[in-house]
Amino acid sequence: MNAANKKASIDDIRPDHNKNNSFHHTNKKQFALIPFVVTFFIMACFWLLFSGKFDGFHIFLGIGSCLIVSGISSRLLFPRGVPPLLLKTWLKFAGYLPWLFNQIFLANLHVLYLTFHPRMMELINPKIIKFNSRLKSDVSRTTFANSITLTPGTITIHAGVMGKFAVHCIDDKSGQSLPGQMENKISKVFDE
Amino acid sequence: MMVTIMILLIFGLIFFAGGAIGIIRFPDFYSRLHPAGKLDTGGLVITMSAFALYTIQPFDLEAIITSIKIILIVVFVFITSPTAIHSIVDAGIRAGLEPWEKQEDK
Repeated sequence: MNAANKKASIDDIRPDHNKNNSFHHTNKKQFALIPFVVTFFIMACFWLLFSGKFDGFHIFLGIGSCLIVSGISSRLLFPRGVPPLLLKTWLKFAGYLPWLFNQIFLANLHVLYLTFHPRMMELINPKIIKFNSRLKSDVSRTTFANSITLTPGTITIHAGVMGKFAVHCIDDKSGQSLPGQMENKISKVFDE
Repeated sequence: MMVTIMILLIFGLIFFAGGAIGIIRFPDFYSRLHPAGKLDTGGLVITMSAFALYTIQPFDLEAIITSIKIILIVVFVFITSPTAIHSIVDAGIRAGLEPWEKQEDK
């Protein structure tokens, strides 16, 4: 009886697991020029930054390897072509980062306080909360899940394909603000 | 400048130590991941910013490139660390480990 209850509750936490196998797109697309150019540009920037050498020989090597890599794997970086507002989205994401860093700093102080508190076991109250998110795209849901894990006292347990989230919180205070403000900010960044 | 760097390093080490102690003190698997994940990223940010400040001391192109690389370490850890924590928690849930909860009636 007890074992059956446990099984049910775990299925409840991960409701849509194994239902969507949408990973297996095997359709062959032909070579797309714009993703190739954008990937090449990003790779070249990283090459210049990481090598730190600006003479002709090293730049030649870099251009050659960037051509090969972006020829092979530009479809990994942009599976559905380059979105038209890519740069604008990145700039808005950069605007989201200071708020996130502030939250991460508060999270660290909070967990540090809990760790060194002598009566820690009375302060914490771990529990799992579930909610539905209205974020649609993969990137925004990934950003949301990672932001939840980085901010005060919460870890994402399950980020479902259909927008269901399960979050483990360490005490009562941390769970109250979810989804709330963070979801609004992320939906503003990704225009949803 | 050196004083700032030293203060940052000491704070970062406090964060790392807090992470290690938290892993021992918290009651169960899931709540132990809170200090393991968060205090490590926090300590990493603080110590790495101290290293970046220390590297940029003679202010030229080489130093700037090195400190940008140090900052990129932080960026990549910020992407991978939550993902790793999430997959550890997900493995725990898949294996059927129940989260520890406080006993109300005591």
